Amino acid sequence: MQRFAALLDGLLYAPQRTVKLALLREHLATVPDPARGWALAALTGEVALPAAKPALVRALIAERMDPELFRLSYDFVGDLAETVALAWPAPPGDGGPVPDLPEVIERLAAASRTEVPRLLSTWLDALDATGRWALLKLITGGLRVGVSARLARQAVADWAERPVADIEEVWHSLTPPYLALFHWLDGQGSRPTAEDHPSFRPVMLAQPLEEADLAALTPSHYAAEWKWDGIRVQIVGRGAQRRVYSRTGDDISAAVPDLLSSLDSARVPFDGVLDGELLVGDLGPAGWSVRSFNDLQQRLNRKTVSARLQAAYPVFVRAYDLLVIGGEDLRAQPWQQRRAALEAWHAHHQLERIDLSHLVAFDSWEQLDLLRQEAGRSTNGAIEGVMLKRRDSPYLAGRPKGPWFKWKRGALTIDAVLMYAQRGHGKRSSFYSDYTFGCWQDGTLVPVGKAYSGFTDVELQRIDRFVRDNTTNRFGPVREVSPALVFEVAFDSVHPSPRHRSGLALRFPRIARIRWDKPAAEADQVSTLAALVG
Amino acid sequence: MIGKTVVARPSPHPETWLQVRPEGLYCQPADLFIDPIRPVARAAITHGHADHARPGHEAVLTSAETLAIMQARFGPASVGGATTPHWHEPVTIGEVSVQLVPAGHILGSAQVVLTWRGTRVVISGDYKRSADPTCRPFEPVACDVFVTEATFGLPVFRHPPIAGEIATLLASVARQPERAHVVGVYALGKCQRVICELRRAGWDRPIFVHGALQSLCDLYQAHGVDLGPLLPATVAAKSAMAGAIVLAPPSAIADRWARRLPDPVVCLASGWMRVRQRAKQRGVERPLVISDHADWDELLTTIADIAPGEVWVTHGAEEALVHQLQSTGQQARALALIGRELEGS
Repeated sequence: MQRFAALLDGLLYAPQRTVKLALLREHLATVPDPARGWALAALTGEVALPAAKPALVRALIAERMDPELFRLSYDFVGDLAETVALAWPAPPGDGGPVPDLPEVIERLAAASRTEVPRLLSTWLDALDATGRWALLKLITGGLRVGVSARLARQAVADWAERPVADIEEVWHSLTPPYLALFHWLDGQGSRPTAEDHPSFRPVMLAQPLEEADLAALTPSHYAAEWKWDGIRVQIVGRGAQRRVYSRTGDDISAAVPDLLSSLDSARVPFDGVLDGELLVGDLGPAGWSVRSFNDLQQRLNRKTVSARLQAAYPVFVRAYDLLVIGGEDLRAQPWQQRRAALEAWHAHHQLERIDLSHLVAFDSWEQLDLLRQEAGRSTNGAIEGVMLKRRDSPYLAGRPKGPWFKWKRGALTIDAVLMYAQRGHGKRSSFYSDYTFGCWQDGTLVPVGKAYSGFTDVELQRIDRFVRDNTTNRFGPVREVSPALVFEVAFDSVHPSPRHRSGLALRFPRIARIRWDKPAAEADQVSTLAALVG
Repeated sequence: MIGKTVVARPSPHPETWLQVRPEGLYCQPADLFIDPIRPVARAAITHGHADHARPGHEAVLTSAETLAIMQARFGPASVGGATTPHWHEPVTIGEVSVQLVPAGHILGSAQVVLTWRGTRVVISGDYKRSADPTCRPFEPVACDVFVTEATFGLPVFRHPPIAGEIATLLASVARQPERAHVVGVYALGKCQRVICELRRAGWDRPIFVHGALQSLCDLYQAHGVDLGPLLPATVAAKSAMAGAIVLAPPSAIADRWARRLPDPVVCLASGWMRVRQRAKQRGVERPLVISDHADWDELLTTIADIAPGEVWVTHGAEEALVHQLQSTGQQARALALIGRELEGS
């Protein structure tokens, strides 16, 4: 438990991804099985413990500590787990044997509800403050130390000196504490088989197209499809199981119960791996019409999705590719053949919530360019551009250069005024690098978005100097500045948003240019931005 | 424990001869303020931190070290006529006997012991009980009223042994030799204690110090506290700072000043670092729980050791400490001092 606590503590304070990865690698290299696997599972949220409610933790501390002192301490600290960890009175003498992480998880999983309080108080007596904090965070859920499942898999890959795709492909067939995985990576066992499990397959991504690339490309070698502004997903069916993964291999099935039940209700259960775009839309006589990304966001990052939300924001998947069907792996086949298999499968099954990505016919790059620009305008960004896929390309993990390109339409821009600046993190912690900018409305500035990127280090230094010289107010790490600096802000689209004062939200805002020359009064109006909403 | 047991006899209760005034705590029969925040005619000063020692008093009674610190900070002319008695040597002002007894907080820090007509009050200023190579240890004095600080007067504050915190810092330096470790420390006390503890842990390389820390380091060395080789951080080349330990005031560690350092690991040495969210909010990557104040256990142990007739609590979490003392049968109340900003925590 102490090793795990030290890891959590280190991760919590590490601002940089590289430092987090180094801490995780060191843990994997030096901690034995099964503790290292349980640590990984705890970080990726895959430890299912009987939930210890905060009320239980409060009850435990109430037995040990004056309630008034606890109240004053909690007021000061502001976090239940940390307050209890810090204030837990050390028992007289030896606190007893310090439990290790596997013991904690195994005994809690086996304990009855009435046994849990006694187990916890025994452990809290034995551990030091950091150990108590880690234990309480573990059992109350939500470690919040800035480690995603993706980062954890990257750390495993780095430690084992293998591509992350190798880890992702077997990951979802494994259960904590991942003994088979570590056996394989230690060179003592064979690769865990993912055959009978609805496993994620690493996704193939496209390179951004530079216009200069076009001269070297032959139009007839490529197929074109619209690039939809949803989220890339992978649907996997195997046996009785169906899963939906994000492109980084996170299981997002819980967010799309309607999609899963439509797959399950098919005459023949889907057995294969499908690559597509998750979108929100309306089903009419002519098929699905796509709604904005903003609508899709209503469905994401939720633990459960109510029936009301499902009805208000129906999801479907626009299929791009078929990787596996009926146990046969198609990934080595050329795109052309996989596409034919996809069309045949789609025509045969006619699933309500899966439609087919349309192929865009074109003879020349000039013609495709025109179609691309037009499509972006007529759909307010639901079409982000076109995808080019070499007709003979196999399905390769990662982002290989050449077979697939994404050709986005140009970004939209506005001129906005810098209003607030916040200090960055890690290497940027001494710089005001996070900017809130606004547009004019009735003579006052209203915030319309935030941006953290799009400028060089030299420009950052100059903006930082501007912020320090023009500060009018300070709120902790945030400075309000006088309205004097104009940013040309690029963004992909703009959507209505009741959560923002301007009523608008930008998608992917970034600083395109810094307009040191432009007077703030000449920046854009909120109404100009509102007119860009489709 | 020093001093004789105070014999119970009809004596004026300290609340009749000590008052809280806008300037600070006032001892009427001696016409003496203790740690006043405004210029007064006569002041006793417990220690050199700016929330206790201010310039401009006409007469000052304090330890020789604290006087030197005040003169270094405010200039020789800003401190009036000074009396610097030896430790424990009584000075009589009016009918009041005034003694200075070591408080263990920083170099020169003293408890002010006032005895008048058979009752004794100890104003402890800031203090701690854990060992500190830069100053004399705290000595408990039997008394009728003990005036205590409560900076860390909540049971969440338990300072770990300093050796462990220093070891954590050195392990981090060893693991990331290409980065500089910049440690935020208060200029007076914390800075020199951290340097001494680094030396004790075997760190014999030069330690780089921010310009604002240099003069007080010189003063400590002149008082016999060996700090080893120190170099100004301001003139050193960036490449020379890789793997180095750099000390700077807390305001500088995550600001422009720190940009001269190679990819700095921001550390902060303070008792507040015990609370994770405090450390996170300050952008600290390596918190070091090092404090020159008594933690919760030390506060309670000290008061139990002294067993005074009454405890007056000031500076910090008065409410929790008063509650705890009262619930164990110790008479206690909050001494509402005004206008006090914390320094040196």
